[in-house]
Amino acid sequence: MDVLFMSRLQFAVTSMFHFIFVPLTLGLSILTAFMETRYVLSGDETWLKMAKFWGKLFLINFALGVVTGITLEFQFGMNWAEYSKYVGDIFGAPLAIEATVAFFMESVFIGVWIFGWNKVSKTFHAVSIWLVAIATNLSALWILLANGWMQHPVGYVLRNGRAEMVDFLAMVTNPYGLLKFGHQIVSGYTVAAFFVMGISAWHLLRKNQPDFFTRSFKLAAVFGLVSAILVGVIGDFHAVEVAKTQPTKFAAMESVWETRKGVGLNLILLPDEKRECNAIERLCIPNMVSLLAFHEPSAEIKGLKDFPRELRPPVMLTYLSFRAMVGLGTLFILLSLVGVFLSRTGRLQNFPLFLKVLVYAIPLPYIANQLGWVVAEVGRQPWIVYGVLKTSDAVSRSITTAQVVGSLAGFTLLYGFLGVVDIYLLIKYARKGPDDDLSGIIKPVSARRV
Amino acid sequence: MELQITWFVLWGVLWAVYFMLDGFVLGTGILHNILAGTDGEKRVLINTIGPVWDGNEVWLITAGGATFAAFPTTYALMFSYLYTALLLLLLALIVRGVSFEFRGKVEGEGWKRAWDVAIQVSSFLPALLFGVAFGNIFMGLPMDAAGYHGSLLSLLNPYGLLTGVLFVLLFTVHGALYLAVKTVGDLSARAKALADKAWPALLVVAVAFLAYTRFATRLFDNYLSAPLLFVVPLLAVAALLATRVLSARGATLAAFAASCVTVLMVVATGVTGLFPNLIPSSLDPNFSLTIYNSSSSPYTLKLMTIVAFIFVPIVIAYKIWVYRIFRAPVTEAEVLGDKNAY
Repeated sequence: MDVLFMSRLQFAVTSMFHFIFVPLTLGLSILTAFMETRYVLSGDETWLKMAKFWGKLFLINFALGVVTGITLEFQFGMNWAEYSKYVGDIFGAPLAIEATVAFFMESVFIGVWIFGWNKVSKTFHAVSIWLVAIATNLSALWILLANGWMQHPVGYVLRNGRAEMVDFLAMVTNPYGLLKFGHQIVSGYTVAAFFVMGISAWHLLRKNQPDFFTRSFKLAAVFGLVSAILVGVIGDFHAVEVAKTQPTKFAAMESVWETRKGVGLNLILLPDEKRECNAIERLCIPNMVSLLAFHEPSAEIKGLKDFPRELRPPVMLTYLSFRAMVGLGTLFILLSLVGVFLSRTGRLQNFPLFLKVLVYAIPLPYIANQLGWVVAEVGRQPWIVYGVLKTSDAVSRSITTAQVVGSLAGFTLLYGFLGVVDIYLLIKYARKGPDDDLSGIIKPVSARRV
Repeated sequence: MELQITWFVLWGVLWAVYFMLDGFVLGTGILHNILAGTDGEKRVLINTIGPVWDGNEVWLITAGGATFAAFPTTYALMFSYLYTALLLLLLALIVRGVSFEFRGKVEGEGWKRAWDVAIQVSSFLPALLFGVAFGNIFMGLPMDAAGYHGSLLSLLNPYGLLTGVLFVLLFTVHGALYLAVKTVGDLSARAKALADKAWPALLVVAVAFLAYTRFATRLFDNYLSAPLLFVVPLLAVAALLATRVLSARGATLAAFAASCVTVLMVVATGVTGLFPNLIPSSLDPNFSLTIYNSSSSPYTLKLMTIVAFIFVPIVIAYKIWVYRIFRAPVTEAEVLGDKNAY
C-alpha cells in the first residue's frame, strides 16, 4: 500500500470510470446527428422524435463523461509528476491541442444543440450536433495519439534529462496511435449500436411504438455490423503493430513463453506464470499466432522467457482480457448480423428470444472496451512509456500515501454515487420512450431567430 | 527567450479569460439558491448559464493543458504540491457539472433541493480554492531542493484566505451582474440589488488585498522597477469603481462589462507581478519555477505557438457568435415551456 500502488489503482478507477461514458458518446453522437439530418432532409417527424429521444440519453451519458475527463488531465500532474516532467515536452502538446481544437468545439456546440431548438435554423441545429460528433471523435484522435506515444514513443530525443519533441509529424503519423484511434472509435460505435438495439428490443418486446423502435433498430443494426467488422479488421492490423513494437505485450496477450517459429493458437489455454509455461494447451490451430502477429504463418514469435522477469507484464490478466475481448468482438459481429437480417426482412418481432438477448447484451460492448484498455495498459507494464520510462519512476515524489488513499476514497465514493444516479436516469428515460409532443421544437418559421 | 515570454503571456491570458467566464458561472451557482424564491426562478437562473457553462470550463482545461505543454515542470510540481486542494477543486467541479444536468431530470422537491445545495457548495468551494491557490502562488510555495514543505493547512494562511475571499466576492458580484443582465423584471432587479450590496464588501477586501500584497508578496517588485506597469492594477481598480457607477446609473450590461474587465485585470495584476516566475519559492529564489527553468524545448513552444495562434482566434470567434445566439434574457415562460431546458 504505497503511493505508487495507490496512484496506479486511482488511475485505473478514474480512467475506467471515465471510459464507461466515452465510447457511447463517440457513437451515439453520430447516430443522433444522422437521425436529425434525415429529419431535416425529409421533414419526417419520426426522425426528429428519434433524434430527440436518443439525444436525451446521449446527454445524460455525456454529462458524466465531460466532468470526469478533467480528473484525467489533472491527474498526470497530481500523481505522476515525474512522468509529467520527463515527457511533458512531447506529451503535453497533444493534450493541449485536444483542448484547443476539440473540447471547445464540443462544449460550445453541445450548448447550441441543447438550448438552441428555437434559436437557430433547423439546418444549423443539425450542423451543431455534427460538430459535436466530429469534435468528440477528434478529441479521441489526440488523446490516442498521446497514448500511442506512450506505447510506441517516436519523434523525440533524450536531452536535458528528459524526452524532447523533435518531430511532431512523426507523433501524429505514429501508426500505433492511428491504429489505436481507428480501433477505438469503431469500438465506441459498437457500444452505441448495441445500446440503441438493446433499448429498442426492450420496447419491441412490449410492443411500444413498434414503428419508432423498428426504425431505430434497423439503423443501429447496420451501424453495429459495419462497426463490429471494422473493430476486428483494424484490431488485426493493430495486433501486428503490437507484435512489431511491443513484443512483451504481444507474448503476454497470446501467452507465448518460448521463442519459436510458426506458433499455433491454442483455443483452450491457461497460463502458469510461476512455472513460466502454459498449464493447459488444447485444440491448437497450427501457425495461427504467427499468422496473426506478422501475417506470415512461419514468422518467429519472441517468447516471454526471452525477457527478464522484471520486464514482463502480468501475463494472466493481459492474456485473459485479450481473449475475452476477442471473443466478445466475434459475438458482436454475429449478433448484429442476425439483427440486420431480421430487421431488414421485417421479422424482428417474431423472435422475442433474440430481442431479449439483445437487451442483456447492452453491457457487453462496454466490457469489451474496458478489457481492451486492460490489455493496452497492463500489457505495457512495467513501462509507462514503453522502453523509455518505468511506471515506478513516474510517480510524484511529494505526495503521501495518506493523500492518495484520501483522494482514491473521494473519487470512488463520488464516482460510485454519480454512476448509480446516471444509470438510474438512463434507465428511467430509456423506459419512458419517445416524447410525442414536439411543441417547443417545431414552431412557425417566423418565431425563429438567427 | 522570446517564446517563453509569449507563453507566459498566453498562460496569463488563459487563466484570466477562464476566471472571467467561469467566474460568472460560479457566481450564479453561489447565488441561485439565495436570489430565487420559486423553483421556476431557480430554473431561470440555471438556464442563463445552461448553454455556456461547459464551454467556459474548457478554458480551465486549456489553461491546464497549456501549462503541461509549455511549462511541464511547473505543471508537474504545481499539481502535485497542491494535491489535496486540487482534489477538492476537482470533486467540486464534477459535482457542479452534473448537478446542472441532473437537477431537472426527476420531479420531486427533495431531489431538486439536494441538487440546489450541491450547486451552491460546488460553486462556492472552487471560487474559494482558486483564490487560496493563487494567493499562495503569489506569496511563493515553501519549496527547495528537498521538495515541498507545505500542506493543505499551510495553504490556509491569512493571505491565502484573503485572496480566497476576494475571489468569492469578485465572482459573486460578477455573477449577480450577469444574472441582472440575463433575467427580466423583479428577478433582474433583485440580482442587481445584490450586486450593489455586495460591492462595498468587495471594494474593502480588494483594498485590503492590495495593501497586504505589498507585505506578504514580492509582486510589487516588478511594478517598482517599471512604474509604467502600475497601469494594470490601476485599471483593475478603475474597472471595479466603474462597475458600481454604471450599475447605479442602471446600465447593467455596461456594469457587467466593467466587471469582466475587473476580473481580467485582477488576474493580470497578479501575473505581471509574478514575472518571470510561474511559482516563486518562498524559501530560496534559486528554487523558484520560472518561465526559463521550467519551460518546454523551443521546438515544442514554437509548435504550440502556431497551434494557439491559429485555433484560439477561431474558438473566440465561434464563442462570440454563440453568445450572440443566446443573448436574449431568459424568462420563466420560456423555461417552463421548454422541455429541453435544465
